[in-house]
Amino acid sequence: MLLSVQDIHKTYQTADGPFEVLRGVDLTLAAGETLALTGESGSGKSTLLHLIGGLDASDRGQIWLQGQDIAALDDNGRAALRRGTVGVVFQQFNLIPSLKVADNIAFQARLSEQYDPKWAAELADRMGLGPHLNKYPEQLSGGQQQRVAIARTLAPKPRLVLADEPTGNLDETTAATVMDLMLELVSEAGAGLLMVTHSAALAGRMSRRLHLRAGQVA
Amino acid sequence: MTKAALQALLSHWWRNPVQLFTLLAGLALATALWSGVQAVNAEARASYDAAAATLGEGQYDRLVRRDGQPMAQETYITLRRAGWLVSPVLQGRLDGVRIVGVEPLTAPAGIGPITPAQGADIGSFLTGQGQLFANAETAAQLPDLDVIIAAETALGAAITDIGVAQRLLGKVGQIDSLIVLPSQPLGRPDLAQIAPDLLVQPAQGGSDIARLTDSFHLNLTAFGLLSFAVGIFIVNGAIGLAFEQRRPVVRTMRALGLPLRRLIVLMAAELMIFALIAGIIGVALGYVIAALLLPDVAATLRGLYGADVSGTLQLRPSWWLSGLAIALGGTAIAASGALYQMTKMPLLAAAQPRALAMAAGQRAKTQGAIAAALLVVSAILMFTADGLIGGFALLATLLIGAALALPIILSGILAAMNRSARSVTAQWFWADTRQQLPGLSLALMALLLAMAANVGVSTMVSSFRVTFTDFLDQRLASEVYVRTSDAAQSAALLDYAASRADAILPIQSADTQVAGQPTEVFGARDHATYRDFWVFLQNAEGAWDTTFAGETVLINEQLSRRAGLVVGDTVTLQDSSFAVAGVYGDYGNPIGQVVMSEAIFTTLYPDISPQNFGVRMPPADVADFVADLEAQTGIPATQTVDQASIKAISLAIFERTFTVTTALNVLTLAVAGFAILMSLLTLASMRVPQLAPAWAMGMTRNQLGRLELLRAVMLALLTALVALPLGLALAWALLAVVNVAAFGWRLPMYLFPADYARLAVFALLAAGLAALWPARRLARTPPADLLKVFSNER
Repeated sequence: MLLSVQDIHKTYQTADGPFEVLRGVDLTLAAGETLALTGESGSGKSTLLHLIGGLDASDRGQIWLQGQDIAALDDNGRAALRRGTVGVVFQQFNLIPSLKVADNIAFQARLSEQYDPKWAAELADRMGLGPHLNKYPEQLSGGQQQRVAIARTLAPKPRLVLADEPTGNLDETTAATVMDLMLELVSEAGAGLLMVTHSAALAGRMSRRLHLRAGQVA
Repeated sequence: MTKAALQALLSHWWRNPVQLFTLLAGLALATALWSGVQAVNAEARASYDAAAATLGEGQYDRLVRRDGQPMAQETYITLRRAGWLVSPVLQGRLDGVRIVGVEPLTAPAGIGPITPAQGADIGSFLTGQGQLFANAETAAQLPDLDVIIAAETALGAAITDIGVAQRLLGKVGQIDSLIVLPSQPLGRPDLAQIAPDLLVQPAQGGSDIARLTDSFHLNLTAFGLLSFAVGIFIVNGAIGLAFEQRRPVVRTMRALGLPLRRLIVLMAAELMIFALIAGIIGVALGYVIAALLLPDVAATLRGLYGADVSGTLQLRPSWWLSGLAIALGGTAIAASGALYQMTKMPLLAAAQPRALAMAAGQRAKTQGAIAAALLVVSAILMFTADGLIGGFALLATLLIGAALALPIILSGILAAMNRSARSVTAQWFWADTRQQLPGLSLALMALLLAMAANVGVSTMVSSFRVTFTDFLDQRLASEVYVRTSDAAQSAALLDYAASRADAILPIQSADTQVAGQPTEVFGARDHATYRDFWVFLQNAEGAWDTTFAGETVLINEQLSRRAGLVVGDTVTLQDSSFAVAGVYGDYGNPIGQVVMSEAIFTTLYPDISPQNFGVRMPPADVADFVADLEAQTGIPATQTVDQASIKAISLAIFERTFTVTTALNVLTLAVAGFAILMSLLTLASMRVPQLAPAWAMGMTRNQLGRLELLRAVMLALLTALVALPLGLALAWALLAVVNVAAFGWRLPMYLFPADYARLAVFALLAAGLAALWPARRLARTPPADLLKVFSNER
């Protein structure tokens, strides 16, 4: 099993007091499998994604990724996990504005010291970014920027790809194109994909679907 | 990993060159001002050390006569025969050079460049015409003498054998003092037994000049530190804003797996590299500033204290290393807060810039509390501070407290304006300005400090100028001054002027020492000029009457303070004792002065005949008097100077002594203007999201640009209004506390509204000029860029 989440809890402190956003979530994901995580706003989808990606720490429960308990890792350990094993695609792209497209694509792979120029070039080519490699992110459209972000995520060949509404900022046609590419590349790499989405159409293209309601699997 | 992260971090600067320029220029300017002042100080101190090393000032105990007069050579011989290890010294002036006679065979090591290893020929040094040692600058003043160049000799001094010095100075058989060598034989007879008229002057651990000028250098250092503080405000602002702008990137890099510790180390290293580059540029700029200032500082020190300071700057390792250290330290201080906040920033924290909310909440409250505490302390110090340390503590608490209070004061004013605004544009303008305030507050604090320093220091200098001008009116009473070249010319002048002038006042003087202090003795003719014009600081009843009667003398304030003499004390001159009847102010004179009656002077110094004369006459007659002088007496016009000219020359010398202060004032104000420019430029890109909605709702880009310009000028105006009372408080502290401690006299404080108005106009112009470029850029922002704000909000 690539990913196993067991009884995960997470509480945030808010102005109105503690708010338990995740209340004992369990899920599993096999290598090569794709899973859509759906639910209403505030149901805990993004929080769960952040915990699995090592961006945040849970209060209780275990997250096993390739046999390693993420919840037990310290800050450095979680950083190492984000560099190599997990790739995250954000809704807001989160590109580095001062780096050119080619450097943005290579960035995470270089951080994890798994940079393969041929693979990075192929990714750029298949994403249709070849003519834009020497441009800065601000010179690209939203769809192009998201394709750069996906290429960056896939460049270090992660075992698990996490995507937080990756097409939320894109129009329908562009979103479909971007999703096609992402699914194709993830499938080729044999990686697992866990995607948060509000779109029923996108969720329908995943091999499985998990619905969260009020911090629990519905 | 490190290489990729470093590339990403550095690419920010590549894409934001203006911000990089801000950072480097701010730090370089701060370093330049600091190290420039330090270079001047270091050069002056090195000159004092050279003087101390050459002349042995303050290093050894000395024997001098109780009455301050030279001793006979026999006294030295008697002491040597009695077992005292002493070495004679004689000093005097020849063509403006301080001739120091020593005896090389008995002088302690290190006194004067007299070792054969340095090229000295002991034979020549001791015999015949004799050799003198001086540095090149001084040697040029003694073209007729055999001078060996010795660079380490103090400026303005020439060392020679005491026998040669006695001959050159016309003091054959005389000795000023005896250096007491550190190790003396046991069982030698008591000084009181063999030379009861001598006393021991203990070593002072430093030269007189170094101690005298300490306060002047402290003033310069304080100014340098203030300039550095202004620069650090810029650096702090630049670093803070750079961190704010990079918060989203930092978040992304961490999200992609860059460990926080590595990120902090990389960002710190990046800043230290910049600090090093800026430090090198700053030290180079500081060298230029110092080279420009040094001649004026040397003139100031010579004018105020009689200290000879080389006008040439040397590159001293201690100086440029300290310049680099202050650049690195300043950056570390400015960056530490931002780096600390980064360590505390949660990975998933919102990445929007936080700078604009800085004034809100606890931070503003803390800043306000610190400001209030500092201002209360400064208010207490105003009534209790004593001495230089207390004076500078007062200045520091006052300036820092006011700077910290400024954003709170401005925020209050802007809130009040917002409440009273009627049009919607005005309401938006005031509200938007208030929101901008945190981002601009550091630059405005820098402007406040610079303006307050300008008001304070210019008030002090101008008050001094008014006092000094009054003083010149008192002291330069004669309408014409004539210098004669020999006794025949003097006689011809007296004949010529007898029928054409109201009075002729000979100006005759002799160099001597009083209580170990170099002193000029003047013989004054009994005339109403002195009684009418001279102002005493302290005097006995009928001081002029008793002085002109030959019973008493008058001394200047310098001699009074340095020798500890007050009215009623006794001064011995040429074995005659006189009571001090009065102490007069004598601004600008570096040495002591004694005024006695002409008759007594002629008796005590029969060989001296006057060669300078003050001539009293109606001012309207001056031109004819001078025109006929050459034809009637052969004395050329070049040997005359009228009162107006000599006053102009004196004022010019005085003005020069404060060129340094003025230059630092201008530089500090320029740096503050630069701070505003850089803050506005750095903020410009962050402003687009705030201005885009106003543009979308119907305001034109030109309107927005004009409002940006108006905003900068208005904030500068409000800052100027705060700076004025602060500057006046600073002036009061300088005049009433610092100057009293530093110079020993308190000057009256005058106000100069026109100067303040001019300064305010300069500040507004500086702010306006600083805002012009960012406003112009804003007015030309392509609509597509403004639209991006909305497209990114989807």
